This record gives sequence, C-alpha cells and structure tokens, in this order.
Amino acid sequence: MSSYISPIREPLVTGNKTYHQITEDLASPTEKAPGRAWIIGFILAISMLAFGLFCIAWTVWHGIGTWNLNRTIGWGWDITNFVWWIGIGHAGTLISAILLLFRQKWRTGVNRAAEAMTIFAVICAALFPGIHVGRAWVVFYFFPYPNTRGPLWPNFNSPLLWDLFAISTYFTVSLLFWYTGLVPDFATVRDRAKGFRKKIYNFLSFGWTGSAKHWQRWESLSLVLAGIATPLVLSVHTIVSFDFATSVIPGWHTTIFPPYFVAGAIFSGFAMVLTLMIVTRKVLNLQDYITFAHIESMNKVILVTGTIVGVAYLTELFIAWYSGYVYEQFAFFNRALGPYWWSYFGMMFCNVISPQFFWFKKIRRSLFWTFLLSIVINIGMWFERFVIIATTLARDYLPSSWSYYSPTWVEMGIFIGTLGLFFTFFLIFTRVAPVVAIAEVKSILKSAGDQYTGPNAHAHGHGHSHDHSHAVDAGNDLSHNDDANSSTGTILTMEDDLKKLEGIGPKIEKTLKSAGIKTFQQLMGSEIANLQTILDEGDGNFTGNSPESWPQQAKLAFEGKWDELKDLQDRLDGGKY
Amino acid sequence: MAHNKVIYGLYNDEEDLLRAVKVAKDKHLEIMDVYTPFPVHGLDPILGLSESRLHIAGFVYGMLGTLTAFLGMTWIFTKDWPVIFGGKPYWSVPAFIPITFELTVLFASIGMVVTFYLVSGLGPGVVNNYLDPRITDDKFCIAFDEHDLDAGSAGSFFKETGASEVHEKTL
Repeated sequence: MSSYISPIREPLVTGNKTYHQITEDLASPTEKAPGRAWIIGFILAISMLAFGLFCIAWTVWHGIGTWNLNRTIGWGWDITNFVWWIGIGHAGTLISAILLLFRQKWRTGVNRAAEAMTIFAVICAALFPGIHVGRAWVVFYFFPYPNTRGPLWPNFNSPLLWDLFAISTYFTVSLLFWYTGLVPDFATVRDRAKGFRKKIYNFLSFGWTGSAKHWQRWESLSLVLAGIATPLVLSVHTIVSFDFATSVIPGWHTTIFPPYFVAGAIFSGFAMVLTLMIVTRKVLNLQDYITFAHIESMNKVILVTGTIVGVAYLTELFIAWYSGYVYEQFAFFNRALGPYWWSYFGMMFCNVISPQFFWFKKIRRSLFWTFLLSIVINIGMWFERFVIIATTLARDYLPSSWSYYSPTWVEMGIFIGTLGLFFTFFLIFTRVAPVVAIAEVKSILKSAGDQYTGPNAHAHGHGHSHDHSHAVDAGNDLSHNDDANSSTGTILTMEDDLKKLEGIGPKIEKTLKSAGIKTFQQLMGSEIANLQTILDEGDGNFTGNSPESWPQQAKLAFEGKWDELKDLQDRLDGGKY
Repeated sequence: MAHNKVIYGLYNDEEDLLRAVKVAKDKHLEIMDVYTPFPVHGLDPILGLSESRLHIAGFVYGMLGTLTAFLGMTWIFTKDWPVIFGGKPYWSVPAFIPITFELTVLFASIGMVVTFYLVSGLGPGVVNNYLDPRITDDKFCIAFDEHDLDAGSAGSFFKETGASEVHEKTL
C-alpha cells in the first residue's frame, strides 16, 4: 500500500505503540495539572516578559533616546534581535513545508512544536521594528491603506516595506498552516474531554469529524500550503537580507547575503528547535516520539547549514580582499580585528567550528552535546547579526563620528522581555495543544513504528498485518482491547454465523451461543474437550456430533480463508476427520 | 436535515477498513461516510472520492493576489501619486516583485484555508454530530444511512468484514 521503506531506516516511533497509546501519550499532557518544572519555568518566563513590557513602556514614554543609538549607529540591539528572532522563526515552516514536500517522515515528531516556535519567534521579531520606529502608535502608517494624508502611500521600492509584507505574510501563512494541522488533534482532545474543557476544545476543533472527504481536502490543503510556503520561507530571510544588501554600506552591500542569510536562519532555527525539544521531550516524556533518529536528522541539517554559513563567512572575507575596494576591506578588517573582535571570533567559533563536531555520530546522537551545541549556536547566530549591524555602523566613512556602541539597560531589558514572551507562549502551548502532531504520527506508525521496521520489528516485518488484523490484532496491547470492550450502548452484539462450519446446525449453534461461544474467534480458541462438555450438557442429543474439527474450521473462518475452509469441509465427513 | 438513523461499524485497523470499503463497493452498498483518526492513504480511490479541487481555488486566489499587488502598485506609482525614488522610473517593475510575490502567497493561503473550512462545513463554533468519540483516537468507522441499508444487512456486512463493533445512532 505505502511506498517502499528501507528496512535500514531507523524507526521514528518506538515503544511498540498502538494508535490508542499514541493518543494517550500525546494528548495527556494537556489534561494533567502542570508539573513543578513547568510552573517554575512559567514564573520565570512571565517575569522576564513583565520586565520587557516595562522597558518597552519606558522606550515609548521617554523616546528612542533611552537606547544608545545615535546618528551613525542607527541600528543596534533592536535590529540584531529582530533578525535573530526571524531567523529562529525559519525552522518551523522549513520542517513543515520543505520536509513535507520531500516526504521526510521524521518531520511528524517535531513539526507541531517547531511551527509553534516559528509563530512565537515571529511575534518577538515583529516587536522590534514596531518600537524601533519611535512613534509606535502610528506604526500602521506602514500599511498602504487609502488615508486622508493625500492619500500618501508607503514606498514600495523600499526593502524595509518588502520586509513588512514578507513578515506579515509569513506570520499569517505559518499561523494558518499550524492551526489547520492542529484542528484534528484538538478534535482528539475534545473527544476525550468532559464538561467545560470539552466546550473549549469543541470550539477550537471547528467541528472536525474525521470524514474521509475532509481528510482528503486537509491533505490537499497541507500539500499546497507547503508548496507555497517553501518559496515563502526562502523569501522572508532573503528580503530581510535586502534590508542590508541594498544599502551602500561597506560590509552590507554584498550579493551573497540572501543565500547566506537563509542558510543562517535555518541553522539558528534548528538550533532553537533542538534546545526546546530536548527539554520538552524529557519533561513531557516524549522520548518514543522524538527519538534519537529525529535529533540526529536535525543535527545533520545543522551541520549542512552551519557549513554553508562558514563558507559564506570565508567567501565574504575573500571577496572583500579580492574586490580591491578599500572601504570594503576596512569593514572586514575592522570586524575581525577592530574593537568588536570578540564578537567576530565568538561568531566564528560558535557558527563555523562548533557545528563541525556533528560530523561525529556519537555527538549527533548525544543529548548532552546536542543541547550544549544548540545553545552555542543560538548565541553564535546572535553574534553574527551583532557583528553585521553594530560593528559596521560603529565605524562608518567618517572617522570623526566613530564610536563604540553598547546597549543600555532598556535595550537589554527589551531583549530579555522577548525571551520571556517566547517562553511564556511556548509553555502555554505545551499545556493546551498536543506538542506532537497526533494524527500525523499515527499516519506514519505502520511505516516507521519500531514494531514494523528496524531491528526489533515483529516477524511480519513491515508487511502489513493483512492476515490477522481482526480484533485480535491489537491483542498485544491490553489497554487497547480494554478500551474497545468498554464501549457503551452496543446495539448489535457481534455474533458470527457458526452454522457455516460443517457439523454445526441451528441447534448446536444455539447451544454454543448460550454457553457464551458466539464468534469464530471464541470458537477457535476453545478446547475440544470443553466443547464436548458443552454439547453433553446442552439440552438436546448431540451424540452423533463431534466438535473435533470446529476450532480448525473456526480459525479459517475467522481469518476469512473461505476457500481453504471449503477445501477442508470437502474432506470432512459431517464435521469429523 | 431530517433525523437520520445511522448504522455504523468500527474497525480496529485501517487495513480492515480498506478491505471492508472494497467489499461494500463490490456489493454496491451506499456508504454514507467513512471516518478515520488520520488520513488513510489509498482510501479515496476505493471510496470513489473525486480529487479535491482546492488547489485550483488556490491558484485562482494566488493570481488574484498577484494582480492586486502588481496593478495596485502600478496604479499608485504611475497614476495616483508618482514619486521619483533615486532617479528610477516611476514604473520600477523589479522593485515590485517581492511584494507581488508575498501577496500572491498571502491571498492563496488565506483563500484556500477559508475555502477549505467553508466547503467542509467546519469553522469556529460549528458543532457536528460525532458518531463515536473513539474515531479521533483509534477506531476506523464506516457509516450507513438506514434509508440506504437496513440494519440487518448492515449488521451482516460488518460481521463479514470483521468490524469490532456495530452501533446505531440517530442524528
């Protein structure tokens, strides 16, 4: 049915999960009271957010003068943070869109959280241009709307305006993509919930039923959204890089910026996904869904994009020298050996050297190293933006206006505030929505579950359980069966027509059923001696009948092997061998 | 809609469901709907669902976005309020490309998502009649309308195809 899966592929869902188990594992974090770690984290995050809001209020009240910007250094921590957050916001859509197009199954374990992270990171990012303009209350002037000032329109030729369009589009599309993916999972939570919670999730799940037509449209929608979100995600950081590349500032005015920014964005985005998911999988016990296979895949992406970033850094240096253009040469000389040398070498170490450790499989599969390096990369990518922005502006064409930029407490406070905002949102998200996409994990179970693929696969391998997939198929998992039996309001009890078996007539069938043997499944599991007892004790004279072949016949009937049953019955004589 | 009696069977595995749907189609039984916890691949052709036309709608919305952006900027910068930026022509097409692209994507996405929810009858505040809460968990459901198939033959169909449970519900 599904396409060929190499047996070498590592399982992506471990722990021999059934569908019900997946629901149980992934939906239950939204149903339990938060743990101690969550509460501490939340208090910390919300305090940071509160301080950030205070600093924003301070900025808006007193003006941009509370920041250490001046005539030459027009951009400092604000735009550094903006680009950093936007970069982090690239992993989600990359995972959900590009990896969907490439049919990478490992995306299902991390896409939901990565998309959520994207949305929160874009909110953090958008905050900075919003307050950086100074008069934040008229920031809507950016949008082209028929106004009473002429109408006066924004400058559509400006990369800053392109950026506005790119980021608002990116935010909207990511949000729609994420929410549409969440709807079936909210329905799962709804169907488990009671009372007021049920009402909330009923609203959130948009009345999702799971109808085949809806799923078909849902998949079509996901695929097309992925198709258009793929160029979108590439365009966003391309346009962010235009903010710099279209200027005539040495060190910014380079054509390498778009690909290098996009690679850097994916690089930092994956680092942040890993930072978050390594903690989340531990706290929410998701080790069976976010496996080492997932972590290793992400580390490979980090290795590739980190290497691209490294090549870009070196290319920049080479081109600066090769251009023979003194201002360009000075810009790079100044970056590496000027007053901000520490940020340049920090950047080089964190972004170029540190990801190279991921060449080693042991490190790629080590939680400790992955977590540590993901933090290092997050810091490195912040340095990269700081190097590009602050060091370039601090020493412009005119030596008399050279200065050393360092942020004020207000600028630092706003950055801390966005970290608080990000983690507050993320922590709330882990409580209200399934962190791993339930329906999508179920859809890959048969091809990537460890009972179907990999070294521990059952005898039936990745061939699907065609022959014994009746109710008994789930027999290896008790909770599954318990659940199936605890159904309410069964109107028609399942009974098989036992008369189909040779040697069983209406009377014997009645006798067997009154003794509790109602299905082929029950009959095939019965001892012949027990059946004989039932016959002996039943009211009727069945001395001429022998149950010796019934279990064998019942087994064939249960498995649907009607042809074999017919062959057997041809050989039998009144149900006797 | 009048009150319909629905008889539905639950299967434990998508393979059982697929086989059952095939049997139902062979017997020309009118299936009301099939409900699954996740998209079951290979179901649509057996069930005879025609391909979704959502992507066509998406293309149309996208084109609408392209035209809105490009014609809008053209009109603004050549007719409504022409401004010279850096000595460039009023109608500076290359500079319009980024915004044109973004609005194409924006219109296509919003349009498709809204269309999806509208044609599927889903949306905030919508309450549907859910046959069984376990359909969003681990049960695969085939439902028959009792007008199309009486309880007896539905029951024997479910028995024959290995349904684990059969229920009846009035919607």
